[in-house]
Order: sequence, then structure tokens, then C-alpha cells
Amino acid sequence: MNYKIGESIATRQAYGDALVEYGNDPRIVVMDADLSKSTKTDGFKATYPERFINTGIAEGNMMATAAGLATCGKIVFASSFAMFAAGRAFEQIRNSIGYPHLNVKIGATHAGISVGEDGASHQCLEDIGIMRTIPGMVILNPADAVESNLAVKAAIDYDGPVYLRFGRLAVPTIFDENYKFEIGKGVLLKDGSDVTLIGTGLLVPACTEAAEILAGEGISARVINMATIKPIDKDIIIKAAKETGAVVTAEEHNVIGGLGSAVAEVLVENAPVPMKRVGTQDVFGRSGKPYPLLEMYGLDAKTIAAKAKEAIAMK
Amino acid sequence: MDSNEIKDLQIHAAHVRKMALEAVHAAGAGHPGGSLSVADILTYLYFKEMNVDPKNAKDPDRDRFVLSKGHCSPALYGILAERGFIPKEDIKGFRSIDSYLQGHPDMKKVNGVDMSTGSLGQGISCANGMALAAKLDGKSYRVYTALGDGEIEEGEVWEAAMFAAHYKLDNLTAFLDFNGLQIDGEITKVMNSTPIDKKFEAFNWHVITIDAHDFDQIEAAVNEAKQTKGRPTLIMAKSVKGKGVSFMEGQAAWHGTAPNDEQYAQAVSELDAYIDSLGGDK
Repeated sequence: MNYKIGESIATRQAYGDALVEYGNDPRIVVMDADLSKSTKTDGFKATYPERFINTGIAEGNMMATAAGLATCGKIVFASSFAMFAAGRAFEQIRNSIGYPHLNVKIGATHAGISVGEDGASHQCLEDIGIMRTIPGMVILNPADAVESNLAVKAAIDYDGPVYLRFGRLAVPTIFDENYKFEIGKGVLLKDGSDVTLIGTGLLVPACTEAAEILAGEGISARVINMATIKPIDKDIIIKAAKETGAVVTAEEHNVIGGLGSAVAEVLVENAPVPMKRVGTQDVFGRSGKPYPLLEMYGLDAKTIAAKAKEAIAMK
Repeated sequence: MDSNEIKDLQIHAAHVRKMALEAVHAAGAGHPGGSLSVADILTYLYFKEMNVDPKNAKDPDRDRFVLSKGHCSPALYGILAERGFIPKEDIKGFRSIDSYLQGHPDMKKVNGVDMSTGSLGQGISCANGMALAAKLDGKSYRVYTALGDGEIEEGEVWEAAMFAAHYKLDNLTAFLDFNGLQIDGEITKVMNSTPIDKKFEAFNWHVITIDAHDFDQIEAAVNEAKQTKGRPTLIMAKSVKGKGVSFMEGQAAWHGTAPNDEQYAQAVSELDAYIDSLGGDK
């Protein structure tokens, strides 16, 4: 891994790079459904062709085949777009991977509205919600290339099913080589006392930017990176709620079912405080350039800052 | 096979049928028809063909079996009990809340179950994964799976059929339990998938058609599959749904219905009489 802070790299590229970096383990098999140039598994394909399996455009078959490989001791990365992994192949993931708790890692790229021009049919905004309902499924949604690399490594070391969510869009690298990643642990990026901003994926830097906007208005915002959506880090959420008294979540996903829902569930049962959810508001996306789309759907620092003030006002 | 060997297999198969019916009767639910039609195939595989050991059920070099038509779990539990993987007395717990014998096979709970199945179409994909793993690891184990003839209406079966041929999985043998009936009636009336043999041939499979209840034919087909290189084999096994119980044979109604006490007693007496006629122990 050799990424520099500020360097713009898509998390899908970091996924592909990590598969090559850690791919010398003979247990690792990488599968793809005719999208290896887009999911970036083509690097692994070029390096370890004997352990790269293209299933053709058949995602359901890919997931169940991955399950069979896993019963024989393989660590399988099954890759496709989030829409066709979590969406089309849900039931194979649920019954053939989740139910027997097999060692399959679902590498889901092109998640979220930042897919851009392909439009709503390819902008998966439901996958976290879908995957979260499967017992025992780990869900990782890394924020940058460094975290993506570490998430792949953690997934290899973890015995069981993992859903890894990556984006198409090049995003700024925000972590350096000293960054520590642990499944199930949120990371405090900035301390604060008036409100907590919990972000995941490409909205993590937007949370940091929102905290700066709020600081300019005299509001102290805490920022937490929640790369693991499941199992969710309850402790860091409860502590933040108790110490700051208001929470905002931010994700490139429908507000129904994703990070916002996961955090709300923890708050409601443990430390109810005012909360606002930034995400798509139960609507489908549309074609367009990624950043204008993010702004149009309110997935940006400006919206996060505004929602923070609303949450604080509810205290 | 000599006649004594065949007799032994027939007796084992009758016991598998009895246990499948015991399970379904005790549970008051389950799938007797397809369990009885696939019983001889399972008996041949577990008693004559597959390299499996009840005491070392997870041996990485073992042969594998995936019941793609997972609803016929009563037959799978029957063969696993008959072969010593699970205690015979556990059969009657089938589908009950305090038993490990789930309605559909659970590999995490049952010694000898190689894959959790039940959702149709997925088992053959899983079997492909196992066969591919053998190829990647240079291992010589073989993988067997059993599909229902209704099951092949699932599109995933054909995705898997393409995959197995593309990756030349000649270590995979799939049985089609071709009893001609699915829940809603005859397969040709519900959704006509015939000619099934020609479809698999068009997908570059080697296809052999046999009588599913003739052990000599099962043996010949399994051996032919083992000698077939470069492509997977489908053994299209023409079977009788409900085979071995007079009033269940050829009746779609027995797909997913449990026998009542009287029907169960009659079925057991018919199978016992058959075992008697072969000189076996009941």
C-alpha cells in the first residue's frame, strides 16, 4: 500500500490493489461476473490468473459457487456492482453464504449515487440495509484507499461472511500509513462537545468539512468515522450521545436501513438524544456527474452542518 | 454387481425409505414423494461409491454430495443414519424444535451434510464450487449433486450448467431425479422443461439416461461419468415419485404431504414385506 494523503483514488481501485497485495495466499480465490475492469479485480486476474474465476454475467450463480469453494477452505472474494451483488444475489448470499456462515467476502463496488452517469438502475442505495438484515454478516464501508486496503486485510483475517462496499468515484485519501483499522470499531477523527457527526464512506471527509463550517459558527462538533456498519460500535455511539447530546449520521445510502438506522437503533435503546440522518431521502437517483448529484441529493458538508444545527436545536 | 450386492443395496434403500417416512410422519410435514424417488441414488452413492467416513465427516479429501433438491432432506437424513453419520433414533425428531434435523439440510448442525440447501437452484452452484476447489488444489475427490426435475426451472441451474461445462468440471456428476412431477402437477404441464437431456447436451454436458431404481444402471452411469474427461456429466435418472409405497407411487399429491397413522403403517408394512422378501433384517 502506498497512498498519500490528499491523493484522489477510488476505493474500488484500492480494493483491486489490495487483492493483488495480499493475493499470494493460495487460499484466496477472486470471482467476478464480467466486470473485472470496473471492479478492479483485473489486477488480481493478471497476477494470479489460475485463482481468478469469471462466472460471466450470473451473480446469483457466482455467490453460491463462492459458497461451495469456501466449504473447501478457500477465502473467496466475489465481486460485482453493489446493485447486482446485494440486490440480485441477495437470496444466494442469505441462504448459501449467510446461513452456513461461510468464508465469502462480497466485494461490492459502484455503491451509491456517486456512480454518476449510469443513473438510478446502477446507483445502489439499499445494499447496507439489505445486508444488515442477514444474521452474522459483517459490513464494511471504507472511506478512502488506505482504509479500503486495511478492510480487505481484515476481511481476509476474519473467518466468516463480509460485505465490503466500495465506490466508483475517485475520493481524497484521508488516512496515512499509521491508521489502525479494526472490524467493529468506530474511529474518533475529531473531538467536540456540542454535536456528533457520524459518517461512513465518502461522506467522512464531508463530516470533517461540516465540523469546520460549524466551528466557524462557534459550534464544537465531534467527528466519527464508522467504517463498520455491522457489527456497529455501540460504545462509541453511546459515549458520543451522552457527551454531546445530539447526533447526525451521513451516508451515501437511503436513510432507511443504513448507517442512520443502525445508529438510531443504538440511540433509541441506550441513550436517546436528538438525531438527524443525512442520506438519500427514500428516493431513487438519476444520471449526472457525481459531485453535482451528491449536492442535489443533500449528501454534502453544507447539508450535514445544517442538520447538525437542527439536531442541536432539538436538545 | 452380483445379486447379493444388489440385494444388500436394495435392503439399505428400503431402510432409507422407511426412515424418510418415519421422519415425515413424526413431523406431520415434509416431502415424501421426492425422498422416495431419490433413495436408490443416495444408497448407491453412500454405500458403494463415495469415499466418506462417518467418523471423519470433514475429511478434506472426501467425496462430496450436495442435495440441491434440499426439500428431500428426509432421504438425506435416512441415508446418513443408515450409513452411521447420525443416530437412527434421531430421525423421529425431524422438523421439531428440539432437534438438529431441520426441515432442509443444515451443514452446521448435521454430521455428514456437505452443504446447506433448500432454496432451489443453489445446490448445483455450490457443488460447482467444490468441484472447482478440487481442480485448484489438484485433489482427486469427486462431487455429486441431485437436482429435482422441477428445480431445473430455476434460471440459476442453467447458469451453473454453463459454468460447469466452461470450467470443464469432469469431477462433477449431477443426478436429475426425473420423476416428472412437481408440487402443482406434471412438470410438462406446470412449465415444460423437456427435452432436458438435449438442453444439457447443448450446454456441453455428457448426458446418460438410466432407470433411477436399477443399481446396475446407476453403477454403470457413475463409472461412465468418472471416465468422461473434460466435461461434467448429467445422469438423467427416470424415477417414480413415491417409489416403494404402492399408494404414493406416481402421485404429485405426495410431494409435500405427510402420511396419517394408517397410511404410515401401511407404507411400513409394504417396505417391511419387501425387506423380508430380500431376506433382510427389518
